[in-house]
Amino acid sequence: MSGNTIIEAKGLELWYGDNHALKGVSLEIPENRITALIGPSGCGKSTFLKTLNRMNDLVPGVRIEGQLLYNGEDIYGPDVDVTRLRKQIGMVFQKANPFPMSIYDNIAYGPRTHGVRSRAKLDDIVERSLRDAAIWDEVKDRLNKSALGLSGGQQQRLCIARALAVEPDVLLMDESTSALDPISTGKIEELALELKNRYTVVMVTHNMQQAVRVSDMTAFFLLGELVEFGDTERLFSHPRDKRTEDYITGRFG
Amino acid sequence: MNEAILSKEAGAKVKTAAKTAKNKKSGARGALEFTMKALFLICGLVAVGFVLIISVYLIVSGIPAIREVGLLEFLGGTDWDPANRSGDPSFGILPMILTSIYGTAGAIVIGVPIGFLMAVFLSKVAPRRLAAVIREVVDLLAGIPSVVYGLVGMIVLLPAIRDLFGLPAGDSLLAAVFVLAIMILPSIISVSETALDAVPREYEEASLALGATELETYFRVSAPAAKSGIAASVVLGVGRAIGEAMAILMVAGNVANMPSLLSSVKFLTTAIAGEMGYADGLHRQALFSIGLVLFLFIMLINAALNLFLKRSKEGQA
Ligand SMILES: Nc1ncnc2c1ncn2[C@@H]1O[C@H](COP(=O)(O)OP(=O)(O)OP(=O)(O)O)[C@@H](O)[C@H]1O
Ligand SMILES: [Mg+2]
Repeated sequence: MSGNTIIEAKGLELWYGDNHALKGVSLEIPENRITALIGPSGCGKSTFLKTLNRMNDLVPGVRIEGQLLYNGEDIYGPDVDVTRLRKQIGMVFQKANPFPMSIYDNIAYGPRTHGVRSRAKLDDIVERSLRDAAIWDEVKDRLNKSALGLSGGQQQRLCIARALAVEPDVLLMDESTSALDPISTGKIEELALELKNRYTVVMVTHNMQQAVRVSDMTAFFLLGELVEFGDTERLFSHPRDKRTEDYITGRFG
Repeated sequence: MNEAILSKEAGAKVKTAAKTAKNKKSGARGALEFTMKALFLICGLVAVGFVLIISVYLIVSGIPAIREVGLLEFLGGTDWDPANRSGDPSFGILPMILTSIYGTAGAIVIGVPIGFLMAVFLSKVAPRRLAAVIREVVDLLAGIPSVVYGLVGMIVLLPAIRDLFGLPAGDSLLAAVFVLAIMILPSIISVSETALDAVPREYEEASLALGATELETYFRVSAPAAKSGIAASVVLGVGRAIGEAMAILMVAGNVANMPSLLSSVKFLTTAIAGEMGYADGLHRQALFSIGLVLFLFIMLINAALNLFLKRSKEGQA
């Protein structure tokens, strides 16, 4: 376990109305590593992920207690600029959701939002982001075509490129490969491995092999609790908690 | 058109035949089925028939005056003086065509931005309860008879315009534009709102997650995604405005001047509504010709509307 902590949760509690969805979650996410969140459906993985970039703010009736620090600063502090936070902590969703615009405009959307106007600069960002997301070669001749004409796997990589275009520090990926074929999945896993040199990646996955293949750290959630968190290799080979063992050996969930 | 109807009819017959064959055992139900289908078909044909009759009638009754006056003189003439008793009537409807176009354009210029912003507000921003109340009010607005709009315009708008601009009377294109703008609001709001509601939430989440604010998201992602529906709402507004007669008859002053904002004007619609009661001879025929012109306008607008609606459906599929 090396690297600085970039995100730290201390006793994080979250309620959707009466539904206690996160129960005293504490963990430290290391910088420039891939952290996997695993656990059965409904255990709070997405919820935890969405507290990190405050997408949960959009849910009416949500209540959060405890502390969540990003580079030592309280994410839920009173004078946090949410738009800046979301620029720094980018997100890729489970279902690819490119805007119904051209490929170019999809990528340029974020930078434009944050004030980049120069065409040359935008061209540059678009190319670099698409290259980083390993999709440049497939789309470079059709940048002005609608993004909706891409295949599912291409769309998802486009969404990754779109997230990278605002130069985030952290990339949150919520089951971003669950709807994809093995080849596309492989491409995105490779991508994550490359990206971790420059970004911190937090990914939710239902696929244990995927967690083993790509992640450095793994967090196992169950019913809103963080049951176990540690080095991926160690957690899968020598789980300390009985419930973790049951889960990773497929005895439930 | 006829062929389409015939083939549809044939199709319905074949289907009915197939159904009857299946339902052979329960003869009574089969017969009922058949009767109902025939009834539906007849209702459909009646509607189509009316449109055909109206079209044919308008063309037949609209052409003679145009022929007598001359198409160019009729459409391009700037003088409308059909009842001139000193023997030299003129039948130029250009002032009215322009008035109808300007009046509609003005109503769109005022009504569309307001209606669009209202739609964004209702669909995205407003708390649910408030939105429900406003929606009720908008529906109410849509249900008010146009003569009431005219009345209110007469009582409120005309004195205001008169005093504001120091005119002898407030009857003007400007007054008509305001009345029309308010009248088209409900359709613009509700059609745009429907289109905005249909924008997948995922688009908006993607935008927010990139660090865009909610307003940026609504204007840069939601509205473009709903653009066909919004365009349809505008075309619908154009159709409403260009076809409206009663309300503007009461505020426009009804003098066939070349249009300018503060002068009395006469619209294509108000010419027909206002003059039909006393017109005779060629004058009366010319009014039918105006009807034909108006009809062509509406046909064009409807074609545009269908195009947008089709696109908007495809966009969401
Ligand atoms: N927007 C919401 N409003 C109310 N309750 C919610 C909302 N989102 C999630 N929940 C509830 O919070 C709990 C955790 O949900 P969450 O989506 O975080 O689970 P998950 O671990 O991501 O599951 P999955 O693997 O199925 O995606 C569930 O009980 C769920 O019903
Ligand atoms: Mg989830």
